[in-house]
Amino acid sequence: MAQISLPKNSTVNKGKYYKDQTGSKNIRKVNVYRWDPSTEENPRIDTYEVDMDNCPSKVLDILNKIKNEIDPSLAYRRSCAHGVCGSCAMNMGGKNGLACTTPHTEIDGEIDIYPLPHLKVKRDLIGDLDGLYKQYQSIEPWLKNNSSKESTEIFQSKEDRAKLDGAYECIMCACCSTSCPSYWWNGDKYLGPAVLLQAYRWIVDSRDDERKARLKKVADELKLYRCHTILNCTSACPKGLNPAKAIAEIKKMLATANV
Amino acid sequence: MGSYNIIDHEYDVVVLGAGGSGLRAAVGLSEAGLKTACISKVFPTRSHTSAAQGGISAALGNMGEDDWRWHMYDTVKGADWLGDQDSIEYLCKEAPKAVLELEKYGVPFSRTDEGKIYQRPFGGMTKNYGNGIVQRTCAAADRTGHAILHTLYGQALKHNTEFFIEYFALDLLMKDGECKGLIAWNLNDGTIHRFRAHTVIIATGGYGKVYYSATSAHTCTGDGNAMVLRAGLPLQDMEFVQFHPTGIYGHGTLISEGVRGEGGYLVNSKGERFMERYAPNAKDLASRDVVSRSMSIEINEGRGVGEEQDHVHLHLSHLDKSVIENRLPGITEAARLFANVDVTKEPIPVVPTVHYNMGGIPTNYKAEVLTVNGSEKTVPGLMAIGEAACVSVHGANRLGSNSLIDLVVFGRAAAKRAAELVKPGSPHEEIPETETQKCLDRFDKLRNAQGDNSTAELRLAMQKTMQSKCAVFRTEKNLEEGVNEIRKTYDGMDSISVKDRSLVFNTDLVETLEFDNLIRQAVTTVDSAYHRKESRGAHAREDYPKRDDEKFMQHTLAWCDGKNTKITYRPVHKSTLTNEVQYFPPQERVY
Repeated sequence: MAQISLPKNSTVNKGKYYKDQTGSKNIRKVNVYRWDPSTEENPRIDTYEVDMDNCPSKVLDILNKIKNEIDPSLAYRRSCAHGVCGSCAMNMGGKNGLACTTPHTEIDGEIDIYPLPHLKVKRDLIGDLDGLYKQYQSIEPWLKNNSSKESTEIFQSKEDRAKLDGAYECIMCACCSTSCPSYWWNGDKYLGPAVLLQAYRWIVDSRDDERKARLKKVADELKLYRCHTILNCTSACPKGLNPAKAIAEIKKMLATANV
Repeated sequence: MGSYNIIDHEYDVVVLGAGGSGLRAAVGLSEAGLKTACISKVFPTRSHTSAAQGGISAALGNMGEDDWRWHMYDTVKGADWLGDQDSIEYLCKEAPKAVLELEKYGVPFSRTDEGKIYQRPFGGMTKNYGNGIVQRTCAAADRTGHAILHTLYGQALKHNTEFFIEYFALDLLMKDGECKGLIAWNLNDGTIHRFRAHTVIIATGGYGKVYYSATSAHTCTGDGNAMVLRAGLPLQDMEFVQFHPTGIYGHGTLISEGVRGEGGYLVNSKGERFMERYAPNAKDLASRDVVSRSMSIEINEGRGVGEEQDHVHLHLSHLDKSVIENRLPGITEAARLFANVDVTKEPIPVVPTVHYNMGGIPTNYKAEVLTVNGSEKTVPGLMAIGEAACVSVHGANRLGSNSLIDLVVFGRAAAKRAAELVKPGSPHEEIPETETQKCLDRFDKLRNAQGDNSTAELRLAMQKTMQSKCAVFRTEKNLEEGVNEIRKTYDGMDSISVKDRSLVFNTDLVETLEFDNLIRQAVTTVDSAYHRKESRGAHAREDYPKRDDEKFMQHTLAWCDGKNTKITYRPVHKSTLTNEVQYFPPQERVY
């Protein structure tokens, strides 16, 4: 018999409540997803009352404040704190984004902070991106050029270089892929918007000699055509990139070119 | 000591760190057929190389005549004659090759009309030995570090480099003064891993987080530097901390020197372009220490802007819109997000902000770690590269865009040298258990720490001390206070607390281990600064305003076993590597 109920440990319990200790009049409630695999306990939502009078403007500042002043056991990834490293991608107020660039004023009421959706969780707000990284490797993200000239660069016109704009800036935070319903369902086979944007970046690089082979490689029912133009990816991208358009361009190239 | 299961690994070479230099080394090692592990506490593309904006220097001559010897002269002068000229020669001569190699790896450089790599002007980069500005800094818009890091990660994937990601390194394994490997903690599942290696290459970056306000990432905690100190080896020139002139006021986010390279300029509350007074020739493109000091003087003398008059303005609204859009899109976004400024209309509020550590693990130009025991000696089995290393090519002050080139040139050099020294697959020596014990004792003690001081409080105290006692301008009195205060914070470690007892992604413990690393570097930094009684590059002593070549044209070497430091000096290398260029004797440094 197939089991149709969810496993017991998938229930998210109500967690601890941390009352404000500062006496601040300007408090916001912050609800954070917590789970530690080493405890065998169910996940829970802890609630923190945070003094907003002494908190800078971004969601990451709230998390740092909780960790530094209230509960050091809270685990999340963070590094550069200005939107270039892609570490602190998470779901805040129901939207994916980078905690370090998302202003908390954009979220009304209580602030709910969860890991990126539909990933296995390693702990608390730390999602498991290993699968996405393997898919990234599968598109062979390196230049394939047969020229042997060592003394000069491979020339590229300004126009050709401009084709990479909007693609090379991707920081692989996975906000797009983990907001995509198709990726939720078929994340093991569908490459998803983040990786397809990178595939596109190499396909359109005028210096690359393997354009056709790269196109062929992604021309697959599951790898590419699971994109149903829902466009969550584009609205989720914290860098303002448009993975949906890149995917559409790949489809167009496949439809019109002799590959 | 708690009982830990230890998982053993054997590799020819272990690279610690997966930023620009670590990845470049790993690629070279894999190419040379050495079994290589690359260990990092963050996924490679999260490394702080990604934050480098303006570019990577190399005398390609794409935008007018250039010569690597001119680049070398600029670097020697930028370093205020504290750099080793043999290493600087190597850096500048190898630079064009290294950039062309990056381009062939696929770095999406911006382009000139002829389709060549675009190069922009940068601070301190001149033609013909200081006569006019040259365009030497190769750029991928203002996201050059990001572009290079992602490309190098792709190359590492191409070469099937074995990564150990989200592993936190604890300590080196030493035997009779030689490095034999290291121990790391796997954050993913809490296991302890012992790596035996014939060579360990440290590429762990800088330690900007000893300061309160820094452009550095939270992860820039100089873990490798601290491991070297704990192994009983010295760090070099730690007093030389670069303040970048343009960090966003109140937040610290970097605004690239490329903004001034493209024509932006600094203005005080009187609306004056004050850099014209301090550096009549180079103006806003003088080297970073000069610009940061000038800004600090303007602010100290009451000509700062804002309510507190404690910062200055960076103007770029006069620039052509297409220049801003095409060449400075990243800083446009940063200014909007962190200063709420539309750069096409308003100036960016900026203040000198800690940015780079010229000091670090002493090495020669082959990336072999040095120590002094009577005379200069290499430490077998140990190399260091990137910001963690002090080669020393940046001396007392690094020029903008010389760090990215440092990463790839010396990452490559380390791989080459390791390939000469290590025979693939050769057997490993036994390491005494005591080394493992010592490492795990420290780990276990911190893991179970139940004192009264939170790591965050101690870290803040350290950062505030460094920010107020060891900043752009320094005095005997200030530094002495710093020397004492930082030790009080160090003593606070005796009663530190770690609340989280898990071994899986215990970031409370990670931050505590990082603090243990930081505080040792804070101690060596402020002690080294106290003992250098002269002004040179980024080390500006108000009580000793002149450079003193007779006494101090020497590298500081600092050993530190926690609270106690031992400081000695070793002479700067005063010769070049080959006779293709002559030694540049010290001159007065004006821009």
